[in-house]
Amino acid sequence: MTAFATAPLRLEQIQIALADRALLAVDATIAPGEALTVMGPSGSGKSTLLAYMAGFLDPAFSANGGVWLGERNLLNLPAEKRGIGLLFQDPLLFPHLSVGGNLRFGLPSGVTDKSRQVAQALAQVGLAGFENRDPATLSGGQKARVALMRLLLSKPQAVLLDEPFSKLDTALRQEMRTLVFSQLHAAGLPALLVTHDHADAKAAGGQVIELG
Amino acid sequence: MLRLAPALIIALLVLPVGAGLVMVLLPAFGYLPALGGHHASLAPWQTLFAQPGLGRSVAVSFASGLVSTAMALMMVVLFLAASRGTWLDRGIRRLVSPLLAVPHAAVAFGFAFLIAPSGLVARLLSPSLTGWERPPDALIVNDPWGLSLIAGLVLKEMPFLLLMSLAALPQLQVDNRLMLARSLGYSPTIAWLKTVLPSLYPLIRLPVYAVIAYATSVVDMALILGPTLPPTLSVSILNWFNDPDITRRFMASAAAVLQLGVTLAALLCWWLLEQLTRLLMQNWLTNGGRQRGETALRVVGRSALLLSSMTALAALVGLGLFSLAGFWRFPELLPQMLTLDHWQRSAPMLAKPLLNTALIGLISTALATALVLATLENEHRQHLQPKRALWLLYLPLIVPQIAFLFGLIVAAESLGIRPQLGLVIAGHLLFVLPYVYLSLAEAYRRLDPRWLQVARSLGVSRNAAFWRVRLPLLLAPLLTAFAVGLAISIGQYLPTQLLGAGRVTTVTTEAVALASGNNRRLIGVWALVQAGLPLVGFMLALALPRLLGAKRRELAT
Repeated sequence: MTAFATAPLRLEQIQIALADRALLAVDATIAPGEALTVMGPSGSGKSTLLAYMAGFLDPAFSANGGVWLGERNLLNLPAEKRGIGLLFQDPLLFPHLSVGGNLRFGLPSGVTDKSRQVAQALAQVGLAGFENRDPATLSGGQKARVALMRLLLSKPQAVLLDEPFSKLDTALRQEMRTLVFSQLHAAGLPALLVTHDHADAKAAGGQVIELG
Repeated sequence: MLRLAPALIIALLVLPVGAGLVMVLLPAFGYLPALGGHHASLAPWQTLFAQPGLGRSVAVSFASGLVSTAMALMMVVLFLAASRGTWLDRGIRRLVSPLLAVPHAAVAFGFAFLIAPSGLVARLLSPSLTGWERPPDALIVNDPWGLSLIAGLVLKEMPFLLLMSLAALPQLQVDNRLMLARSLGYSPTIAWLKTVLPSLYPLIRLPVYAVIAYATSVVDMALILGPTLPPTLSVSILNWFNDPDITRRFMASAAAVLQLGVTLAALLCWWLLEQLTRLLMQNWLTNGGRQRGETALRVVGRSALLLSSMTALAALVGLGLFSLAGFWRFPELLPQMLTLDHWQRSAPMLAKPLLNTALIGLISTALATALVLATLENEHRQHLQPKRALWLLYLPLIVPQIAFLFGLIVAAESLGIRPQLGLVIAGHLLFVLPYVYLSLAEAYRRLDPRWLQVARSLGVSRNAAFWRVRLPLLLAPLLTAFAVGLAISIGQYLPTQLLGAGRVTTVTTEAVALASGNNRRLIGVWALVQAGLPLVGFMLALALPRLLGAKRRELAT
């Protein structure tokens, strides 16, 4: 994975409310290769923050404030043009596609050496030769690694993580934390992590904002 | 474009029904210039009320609708209460969709073959128990009280109400309710009736109303099983509309309005019964009774529905037997020889109706599916809450077909549209659309929104995500909805017959047309073809996702 030119992700005076009840207010800048952790109990609106930034806010919520990637205002762009990658607690590998198909799904359409990139990405996480496997036959850790590589192959400019390790078992969790953050760091991507697990925040290594 | 979809669906459902009703109301009061009626008058009503046997027709229509619905609903409710988690429960759940898919006419024919004086039941009991050496001279099918019609209706309504209940139950956290009630000392069946039923009924109320409306005005089943002198109101109306004396159209229109009134009266009566039941149940719900009646309810709950499902299956077997029967003396249970003669002789005549059936079914279902997908996708994109206009979907199911289809033809003709294949397809769309919507909406809304968020965060546009992620993930429910639509279209008798002016023949119109003749072997062939077509659709719907996703384990479920 080669590092590509990236810009800082800026959360400019973001405020989110649900029916006049203020949920959260955040103002922060995440440098390339850094990770910001937002911590809070469930219902504090941390997943809503991610939905707002990625372009999926439910209209029941009201939000204002700016989301900038370098000089680009992301809020004016449709979700697919924002260059924001998402990692959820479930790997969400498309069940109708093979492992390779899932990785290709993320590759930009102009890419010419798709097969090589897919093979390389799989090898990088110890899954060489898994292209034709059905995602349903993979273990939890393997799925999580494929989901991570699918995200990276889509060449995002920033990454949002929504409690990505909470469904893994303890042994796997530490391994995935190390893998995810080292990959994001190596790719020079600004990352925003929401979680309620302090160990996640520690692994992310950046500044921490505590909510509610 | 997408934003127009909901309005388009509502217009497609409401306008034809409305136009049809208006064009029946006007001639009912003497106004139809095309037939020389220029002034409002009550003459059509006077002629109508002078018809012999009208009161009896109305009574049979009203009563058969209410009684059959009440019986089917009670059977379904008691079954759900008494059979949770048993092998019977699992077996019936598997049977219910195929049973629902079998058209009314096929069930009616098969049932008639079972209970007729020379039918399978009489043969099974004769001569050992009955002493009959020849078929008894009794009017069992077409009995003047409409009892065989009621029984036939129950056979078809039961799977519909069961499927609607099974679709609604997952929202109710049944297990939690039962666990709580059981821990308070309630026996299982009583626990279900006291904690689940009061929440379930409001969810299946509209389907129940649709069943009542259908049962009070059904034509094809009444032609096969219903009384003849006089027939049910719906069949009388059909006869009057088809009378060569064209001035009878006025009286027929008045009768169609009367049918609407009979159906509304039945619905009103049901609503009153609902209120009464609620009043009576209030005390029972909180009287603390925990055990009483458990055994009786359990026995009835399990056996009634099992019996009716078995009857429906036996009816289909009977159709097959008659279609293959050679010489068959009366008390013998099985024919002396089986032959393919009837099939071979029917084969050349089957081609054209089969082609029409397939064409009408595929086109109307494809249109309906596209419209429903557009509406649901629009709802998803605009973050709209469902439900607001949902009752409008039931409009073509609650207004009796016979009350507005004749008016619809008049309306179409005044626009210069002649009865033909296109009009039949448009007519089928009216009835296919609601069912496709009802069977797809829940799965569509339940799909985890994160699938689409992941797709879009990977750089795929909204439209592309719809085709590349949503549709493949919804393949199984989509195919099921398609099969439901096909089954509904295949079973339609009245819209095909009327909107095609009798010139568009399908397996259903041909099968029902055989009812007046008495060639059981021929009827067996046609009714079996009619029953088999929707089953093929359902089997394909089940098999295709497995074939396409043979290598994808989580997709086929």
